[in-house]
Amino acid sequence: MTAMHPPETGPCYWLLAELTYRCPLHCAFCYNPVDYSGVGAELDTAAWLSVLDQARAMGAVQLGLSGGEPLLRADLEEIVAHAHKLGFYINLLTSGVGLKPERLMALKEAGLDHIQLSFQDSTRELNDFLSNTRTFDLKRNVAQMIKQAGYPMVMNCVMHRYNLPHIEQIMDMAVDIGAEYLELANTQYYGWALKNRHQLLPTAEQLAEAEACVQRKREQLGDQCQILFVVPDYFEDRPKRCMNGWGNVFLVVAPDGAALPCHAARDIPNMHFPNVKEEPLREIWYDSPLFNAYRGTDWMQEPCRSCPEKDQDLGGCRCQALMLTGDARNADPVCSKSPHHHLISDAVLHARNDVTRTQEQPIVFRRNPDREVRRPRVVAAD
Amino acid sequence: MTPLSPDSRPVLKSLFRLQWEEAQQAHVLLYPEGMVKLNDSAAEILKYCTGEYTVEAICVDLQQRFEVDDLRDDVMQFLEHAVERGWLQY
Repeated sequence: MTAMHPPETGPCYWLLAELTYRCPLHCAFCYNPVDYSGVGAELDTAAWLSVLDQARAMGAVQLGLSGGEPLLRADLEEIVAHAHKLGFYINLLTSGVGLKPERLMALKEAGLDHIQLSFQDSTRELNDFLSNTRTFDLKRNVAQMIKQAGYPMVMNCVMHRYNLPHIEQIMDMAVDIGAEYLELANTQYYGWALKNRHQLLPTAEQLAEAEACVQRKREQLGDQCQILFVVPDYFEDRPKRCMNGWGNVFLVVAPDGAALPCHAARDIPNMHFPNVKEEPLREIWYDSPLFNAYRGTDWMQEPCRSCPEKDQDLGGCRCQALMLTGDARNADPVCSKSPHHHLISDAVLHARNDVTRTQEQPIVFRRNPDREVRRPRVVAAD
Repeated sequence: MTPLSPDSRPVLKSLFRLQWEEAQQAHVLLYPEGMVKLNDSAAEILKYCTGEYTVEAICVDLQQRFEVDDLRDDVMQFLEHAVERGWLQY
């Protein structure tokens, strides 16, 4: 078979294994598909082990085990042990819900390298509100357990309008629980978060204040805790180099075995999503139409095609272009050169002007289709 | 923090892992959500960063192994860079 990929296509270094979409939390900013009830059955253990074998043979070395909540997989230890044997650097991305000391030690023995624990806020009220659960104290206990077990720990907190005012306390909490790394991840508007964009989008002033606060804290802390804070793309006039390029370093395998260049790619219409149950990973990476669709710069149309910056940002995010403009080949509307840029600037302007919107539109919590509990419409308090 | 000296014993922080990658034909430094591809000399120096060797001992050993006169400035420069990047403590 003649390879269709551009000759410069490099190996995939980073595999994100989304082991399950099941999750005990119901976060309003989750990027999982809003409707995953149509997604097929989860891969079994043997299928995951084979994915790991194939990815490692292709040169993948970073492994994220994610979800949903990966702790819901009873075979997590087995998957970790296999990945460790292959030489992966393994990160578990978890809410901590369901993590017991015995399991933590078993995972360590299996070779887990580090744990990324997500929080929603520094206060119990907001953490529990945003995840629509009572999990704050549980997470603090888990953080302590993780440190006692001798793991390096990354604390992750998704930031938005509601918790940006608490950014200083969130940083203090990270230091307090002994995190080596704090990722303040500004909400990206995909999946459930896009549904709630109206509620979650901060004002430019809020962000500027938060950024200054982060800078002060960095100077104070030195290298005790590294703080990662990236200004969300809505507030920039050039797009992010999404996923470091489509099909460039990053490969996601979804719970049902669909292989994707990023978590949100499933929403792109008229696209065949190759599945690891049916095709070898190497063919998917190098030769599938999906992975080649937006590789490099040949697929671009104006204004990207003639843009002198096209090699830097690669046109931004394909999924964002699709969701907001209806065509994945358009420039990411975050770019001020995009004819659709007003879609972003209007949303940002709206965030500043509309101070009463919290009363207007309820925040939508992620629901799990397998557990059809009707939740009351929750209106965010001021 | 006192500056790095010939008596310092640099250690790779526990967050990082140094390993040979066959696919890249290079050593890499792995850490949460990231990877740095190392050139040969950087990798050779980092292999000594276990807390066992002083900076001086690292220089002497490398000079003998590679049969060169004086690597002190180069080694020091790299180690300072590695400290700045947050890879090492001492």
